[in-house]
Amino acid sequence: MRLAMRNRAFLFFSMIMPLVFLFIYAGILGRGNPEALPYLLADVLALTVMGSFWGLSVQLVTFREQGILRRFRVAPIGASAMLASSIISNYVLTIPTVLIEFYLSRKLFHMSGMGNLIAVATLLTLGIVTFATLGLVIASVTNTMQETQIINQILWFGFLFLSGATIPFPSLPRAIQRVAYFLPATYLVSGLQQSMSVVDPVKISELGLDLASMIGCTIIAFVVAAQLFRWEPEAKTPRRAKLWAAGAIIPFILLGIWENKYEHVRARAMSDYQTIERTSPPDPAMPSR
Amino acid sequence: MDTAVIEVQNLTKRYGDVEALRGVSFSVSEGEVFGLLGPNGAGKTSTVEILEGLRTPDSGRASVCGLDPQRSGAEFKYIIGAALQSTALPDKMRVREALDLFGSFYPRRRGTAELLKRFGLEEKRNAFYSQLSGGQKQRLALAMALVNDPRVVFLDEPTAGLDPQVRREIYDIIEELKKEKKTILLTTHYIEEAERLCDRVAIVDHGKVIALGTPRELKGRSGAVTRITVRMARPEANGALGKLEGVSECRAEADDYLLYSTRVPRTIVALVKHLEEQNNELVSLEIAAPSLEDIFLELTGRRLRD
Repeated sequence: MRLAMRNRAFLFFSMIMPLVFLFIYAGILGRGNPEALPYLLADVLALTVMGSFWGLSVQLVTFREQGILRRFRVAPIGASAMLASSIISNYVLTIPTVLIEFYLSRKLFHMSGMGNLIAVATLLTLGIVTFATLGLVIASVTNTMQETQIINQILWFGFLFLSGATIPFPSLPRAIQRVAYFLPATYLVSGLQQSMSVVDPVKISELGLDLASMIGCTIIAFVVAAQLFRWEPEAKTPRRAKLWAAGAIIPFILLGIWENKYEHVRARAMSDYQTIERTSPPDPAMPSR
Repeated sequence: MDTAVIEVQNLTKRYGDVEALRGVSFSVSEGEVFGLLGPNGAGKTSTVEILEGLRTPDSGRASVCGLDPQRSGAEFKYIIGAALQSTALPDKMRVREALDLFGSFYPRRRGTAELLKRFGLEEKRNAFYSQLSGGQKQRLALAMALVNDPRVVFLDEPTAGLDPQVRREIYDIIEELKKEKKTILLTTHYIEEAERLCDRVAIVDHGKVIALGTPRELKGRSGAVTRITVRMARPEANGALGKLEGVSECRAEADDYLLYSTRVPRTIVALVKHLEEQNNELVSLEIAAPSLEDIFLELTGRRLRD
């Protein structure tokens, strides 16, 4: 069952913010270096995808607080259907942003290659769904909008700065890299970066673990969100529920432990980064046309 | 007698220290418009929300068309329609979209165009929910309650907070539903509404049904006491008025005296004689057959709007 729950305000935010990032990145950092562009676009795409969790958590909490969910409760529609439909509508709304970002990168900034398109599409799809579901879990364990916003801020901060989406992963201190291995965002960013690389795009099979973790995380998160779903504005989450929510990131804890041991992500990020460093124009003062 | 569509037995519900329901029982027959009348906080909404499946009673039994609202799933939701006390929708949802969306949940549904027309929302079909007036929102809530052409309709305070003009529009809509033989459970704290719309009324106070019957029966049951409202040029101790012939009770209310009489003609004659003796003058006199308001006052010692 599909609900076309449109909210133009969310559309605005999820569209404008990543585009601003795209211009900053591509226009300033990647000036005249078409080799680096896919790498930067990957960061912007990752931010777009991660925005899903913010949008959906706020939307669900708003609907609950305003008593909108109560009205749905009287209709023959279950919690899972509500959640699934919001994930689907979020997906449909995010895709145009992604396409515009691709289009602008090609037209305005003359990005040449596309990398491994199948891997990119898979990562984007799974990424949007995973982060959307995580957003729903946040909504299901927070009692007020204020609480939701605080948790979102903390997570967003982590996703933004530790994942490699803003600060290149290889230039993060070792200790922070180790922490970042536990964040779903790190895998999304590194996966996107590598599959978009023009020089040496990664094969989808090499991303198996990352993708499996996302799928695992989505499934657990969805079940938790459906279990903890509350229709009533005054219903509070039991404290125990917050532990349940933590269960959703189990796949990434496992993956994090594994990564801490073998450090594949770091190795891959390092080599990509070096490729880009090498191909950077030697003199930034030179006009590059 | 026809079969009961809604059955409620001994419902209790408590929120923390507050006992919202203390054993509410009643039943509603097919095609009947049943009203729950009482002041705010009497337990009307709790009762309705238990029947809608939104709340779970602490004890007691509730059933709608033989189904348990708490345990039954979609089959229950298919046969009920509800306008909640405050229906909220996303601000940016359009009127037409809301009806289409909620209609899409049901296998059997009424057309959006038909509902828009019937509830006078055609001009507002493309308006956002946030742009609607209170009356329009309420009409939309009623339309939404009917998207699935339900057998049983729950209307929780359908006219609260609306101006009299809009309220009358809503009455017309409800009367039309009555003609369609829908079973309707309606809560209200407006006497006028209960008297005009309801086949039977349960007066609810402090979580209990304190009286139940047709509006006429209820009025009859109060010992056919007629209220005589008297205003005199000079107020006087009401002890004397209470002793007049036929007067069962006398209250002072602002400048008025309310005399409850079982034998009106005799009381009037006695009143006039009494005023002459006292050299007092009558400013106004009003004789009113008992209304539900009086019944409520009589049963609870309070006015509804207190």
